[in-house]
Amino acid sequence: MDYGLSEEQLALRNLARRIAEERVLPVRAELDESEDFPWSVLKDLADSDMFRVFVPEEYDGLGGGCLELCLVVEELSRVCSGVAVSYAASALGAYVLLEYGSEEQKQRYLPDIAAGKRLAAFGLTEPAAGSDVAAIKTTAEKVSGGYLLNGTKQFITNGGEAEIYTIIAVTDPSRGPRGASAFIVEKDTPGFTFGKKEKKMGIRASSTRELVFRNCLVPEQNLVGRLGTGFIMTMRILDRSRPGIGAQAVGIAQGALEAAVDYTAQRIQFGQPLISLPVVQQKIADMATRAEAARLLVYATARTIDGGARSFSEESAMAKVFASDAAMKVTTEAVQVCGGAGYMRDYPLEKMMRDAKITQIYEGANEVLRGNIAVAVRKRKARRE
Amino acid sequence: MNIVVCLKQVPGTTEVSIDPETNTLRRGEVKSIINPFDTYALEEGVRIRERYGGRVTAVSMGPPQAAEMLREAISCGADDAVLLSHPAFAGADTLVTSCTLSQAIRKTGEWDVVICGRQTIDGDTGQVGPELAEWLEAPFVAYVTAVEEVTGSTMRVRRMVEDGHEVVEMLLPGVISVVKEINVPRLPSLRGLARARKADIPVWTPEDIGLERDTVGLAASATKVVRVFFPERTRRGEMIEGDPKGQVEALLHRLRSAGIAPGRRDGDD
Amino acid sequence: MIEVRSDLCTGCGSCVDACPFGLIDIADGLASIGEGCNLCGACRDACPADAIIIQTDGEALSADDSYRGVWVFAEQQDGEIKDVAYELLARGRELADTLGTALSAVCLGHSIDGAGLIAHGADQVYLVDDPSLATQQEDLYAAELVRLVRQHRPEIMLAGATSFGRAFFPRVAAVLKTGLTADCTGLEVDTEKRVLLQTRPAFGGNVMATIICPARRPQMATVRPRVFKKNSPGVARQGQVVRVDFQRERVTARTRLLGFVRDIAERVKLEDAEIVVSGGRGLGKPENFAIIRELADALGAAVGSSRPPVDEGWLPYAHQVGQTGKTVSPKLYIACGISGAVQHLAGMQTSDIIVAINDDPHAPIFEVANYGLVGDLFKIVPLLAERLRGE
Repeated sequence: MDYGLSEEQLALRNLARRIAEERVLPVRAELDESEDFPWSVLKDLADSDMFRVFVPEEYDGLGGGCLELCLVVEELSRVCSGVAVSYAASALGAYVLLEYGSEEQKQRYLPDIAAGKRLAAFGLTEPAAGSDVAAIKTTAEKVSGGYLLNGTKQFITNGGEAEIYTIIAVTDPSRGPRGASAFIVEKDTPGFTFGKKEKKMGIRASSTRELVFRNCLVPEQNLVGRLGTGFIMTMRILDRSRPGIGAQAVGIAQGALEAAVDYTAQRIQFGQPLISLPVVQQKIADMATRAEAARLLVYATARTIDGGARSFSEESAMAKVFASDAAMKVTTEAVQVCGGAGYMRDYPLEKMMRDAKITQIYEGANEVLRGNIAVAVRKRKARRE
Repeated sequence: MNIVVCLKQVPGTTEVSIDPETNTLRRGEVKSIINPFDTYALEEGVRIRERYGGRVTAVSMGPPQAAEMLREAISCGADDAVLLSHPAFAGADTLVTSCTLSQAIRKTGEWDVVICGRQTIDGDTGQVGPELAEWLEAPFVAYVTAVEEVTGSTMRVRRMVEDGHEVVEMLLPGVISVVKEINVPRLPSLRGLARARKADIPVWTPEDIGLERDTVGLAASATKVVRVFFPERTRRGEMIEGDPKGQVEALLHRLRSAGIAPGRRDGDD
Repeated sequence: MIEVRSDLCTGCGSCVDACPFGLIDIADGLASIGEGCNLCGACRDACPADAIIIQTDGEALSADDSYRGVWVFAEQQDGEIKDVAYELLARGRELADTLGTALSAVCLGHSIDGAGLIAHGADQVYLVDDPSLATQQEDLYAAELVRLVRQHRPEIMLAGATSFGRAFFPRVAAVLKTGLTADCTGLEVDTEKRVLLQTRPAFGGNVMATIICPARRPQMATVRPRVFKKNSPGVARQGQVVRVDFQRERVTARTRLLGFVRDIAERVKLEDAEIVVSGGRGLGKPENFAIIRELADALGAAVGSSRPPVDEGWLPYAHQVGQTGKTVSPKLYIACGISGAVQHLAGMQTSDIIVAINDDPHAPIFEVANYGLVGDLFKIVPLLAERLRGE
C-alpha cells in the first residue's frame, strides 16, 4: 500500500524501525519480565534525535508534525509498546508547552525535552477522576510566590522517571469547568513525591505511578497559559495526541499479525502449514485488513491535523477507537491461531495481547469517545464536507 | 584533529554456500553493506572528534553505489566523504588499493589519524591498513581496542595481542586499525540523515588523485588470482546413523579404538 | 576490463553460478556482468565457450630472475623461536628443494636461541641480535628486513600470520612494492614459471583462490600457525649462521611499547589443547553453551566456537576458531551445531580426527568430518558427556 510518505518521512520511519529491531527487540521480553524502565533504549532514541521529532526547530527540534510522531510510535510499538508509550508520553507531557507555553517557558524546557535529556509527563487523572475529568480535586491555591499544589494524581505514565510534569489542577473551585489551570512541576520540587510503581497487565516496561502533592509550591512562572483554561487546553491536546495512541495500537496489531503469520506458516498440523487451512486464512485476512484500515485512519487523521485543521476531535476519537479495538481483536485472534504456543511467554503474542488492552482504556475510554463521536456526527447531521 | 576513516562496501552475505549435488553456488540476495569492521572505525573516528574536536572524512574506493554507504557514514557522524570510483580502479590488490587510498588521503589535505577496520569480510587480509601507513610514511598500530589519549603529537592506544593487551604510544600523524571490542557503533541520527541526503560526495578518478592508469587497478596489482575453485573435500568419513543413544555408543567405540576418548576399549575387561 | 563476447556466448548460464558475487544475469540469451566486478576470473574459468575475456594492460611482465632463495621470517618472543617458524621451515624446505634453491631463516630479536632453526631445515640463518630489538618494534624490524631483502634478494619470503606478523609483514611488502598473500592454507611452486602458488579461502564465501605474484620479488606470503606441521629437529643438520650487525641509528622508531597486560589464562589453552569441543550457531542461545562446556569438561578439552556465537557476544573472542580467530590442530575436534563454512574450516581442518554433530544432513562440515552424526545436538551432546563421565 502506498501511504504517500515523503522521502524524509520514509527515512524517519526506517530509522525508527532499525532502532526498534536492533535495540528494543533484544530486550523486550526481559523488560516485560523485570518491569524495568527502558532508559538505555530511550537514550538510543535520544542519540538518534527521535525526541526532536515533535519539537519545533526554534527549540532544537526538527519540526515534525503529528504524522511524524505516529510513524515513530507505530514502529516502536510493533516491537514493544511499553517502550513506545514511554516515548509518546513525553510528547504528551510536552504538548501543553508546545501549544500554550510562553516563549520563556518553551525556551526553558523544550530544548532538554528535544534532546531526550529530560522526559516529560502529563498529569490529569486522579483516583476519583478518570473519564469524569471534571471531578478532579487537586488544588492549586494562589499564595505569595506562586501556587500551592495539594492532591494526588493516579496512573501517570512516566511517573517517577520524567522530570517535567504538566499538571492540571483546580485554581477556582467555584467556576467548575473554567476553574482548572495547567502548571509545570519539576521533579524534586519540595512537596512533590511519588507513589509506588503500579503493577500492570501490560506495557510493563512503562512506569506508571501516583503523583503526590503536599503543599508543593510551584513558582508563578510555571503557570501555563491563562488561568481557568486548564480543561480546554487538555481537551485540545488530547485530541492532538490521540492519533499517537492509535499509532501505538496499529503497531501492536502489525507486530501481532507478523508473528502470527510467521508461526502459522511453519507450524504443520494435519500435514500442512496452519496458514494453508481456510479457517486460519479467513482470520489472517481479517487481521490484516483491520490493521491496514486502522493505519490509514490514523495517518489520515494525522494529516488532517498537520494540514492546519481547526477542529479534529471527531476524527481523532475515531482513529483511537478504531485502532485500539482493532489491536485488541487482532492480538486476541493472533494468540488463538497460534494455539498453545500463542499462550506461552516464550512467544511474543501473549504480551502483545496484554499490551493491547490499555489502548482501549486510556487517553479517553472508548465508550466515552464513542459518545463524543455520536454527538459530533449528530451536530453535522452526518454530512461530509 | 583531521580524522580520515577508510570504508569498504562488501557483499552482504559471506555465506555463499555450495549446493553439494550440483557443485554450484547457492545464493540468496547478495546486497551490499558497509564492511562490518569499518563501522567500528567510523564510530571511533566520530568519538575522537567528540572528545578532541575536528573533522571526520570518510574515504572509499569502490563502484558508484558505494556512495550510498558513504551517505550512511555521514548519517552516523562523518562530516564529509569522498568516493574513488572509476573502472580503472577495479581488480586492485591490497598494494594498489592502499596506494590509491593514500593518494586520496593526501588530496583531502593535512590529516592527523587514519582509522581502518581490522580487515574486510570479503578479502580478509587485513593488509590495507599497514600498507596504507607505508605509502603515507606513517606509523601503524593494529588491533586497537581503545584510544586512551591524544596529545598534540602522540596517540596512546591499547591493542590486542595473542595473550593479552599492549599499551602503545604512536607518533602522529599515524594509522590505526581497530577491532570490534573498541566500541558499539551508533545508529544514524535524524539530523545526520538530513545532512547525508544533502551531502555532495565528490567522485574521484585516477587523474583526480594524480595517478596514471597503469598504476591503479588490476593492471598495477602485484598479485593476481589465477584460479577460483571449490575446495575438494577429501576427508568425507563415516556417517553414524541411529537414535541419539546408538550414535553416542558408536562414536565412543570408535574414539576409544583410536585411543582418543577416555575409557576402556572394547574387549578390555 | 571484462568483456562477454556476444559472438561466442551461448547464454548457458555457467558463469551465473560461478560468480561469487551474483553479479551475472542472462539477458536476451547473453551473459551480462553487473557493477562491482573485481575481475576474479571465476566466470571466465567456468565458461565452456571461452566467451569471457579479462584484459589488463602490461600483463606480460615477468619477474627479475636474479632473485633466488626461500626465506622464512622466524618470529621470536623473549629470545625463543615461535613454533610457527618451524612449521614454515618444514614447508619451506620442501619448496626450496623443489626449486633447487637454498632455505634461509631470518631472525630479529635479542638473546636469541637460534640453534633450532638449522635443525628444522634452514641452510642459513641471518641472525640480527641487538638489545634495541628486544621488543618487536615494527619500524626497526621492517627497516632491517627490507635492508636484508634488498641485499640478498630472496625470491620467496614467508612469515607466520601472528598478530605481529599480520601487522608488520604488509609494511615490508609495501616498501618493497611487492605482492603479499595473507593467511595461506596451501603453498606450491610452479617450477616452470618459478612462481609460488598461494592458496587461501576467498571472496568471503566457500571458494578457494590460488594467487600468484608474477612480476614482483620477493613473493611474500603469511601462513597461520598450525596450518603446516613442523618436523622433528634433525640435530645432525648442518648450516651457517650469519650474524648481522644492527645499526640502530639508521631508523626512527615511531611507536613505543608502554606496557603489557596478560589475559586471564583459560583453564585449557585453546591452541595447545589435545581435544577441542566447539559450538556454533546451531546452539541457538548463549545459555546452551553450557552443554559444550560440560562435554569439554568430561573430555578435559578446551572450548572453541565458530564466529557467529562470538559475534553475538555469547563468549569471548579468545574462543573463536577460524579465519579471523585461532587455528587449532588437536587430536580430536568435535564441532556441534557448526555448519562448516570455509572460514571456520580454515581454523581446524588439520585436526587429526573431526567429529561433526548437526541436524542438517547437508551441512558442509560433514564433508570434512571423520565421523558425522546427523541429529539433535541437544540430545547427543549431553548424552555423550554423561557416558564419558560415567566411566
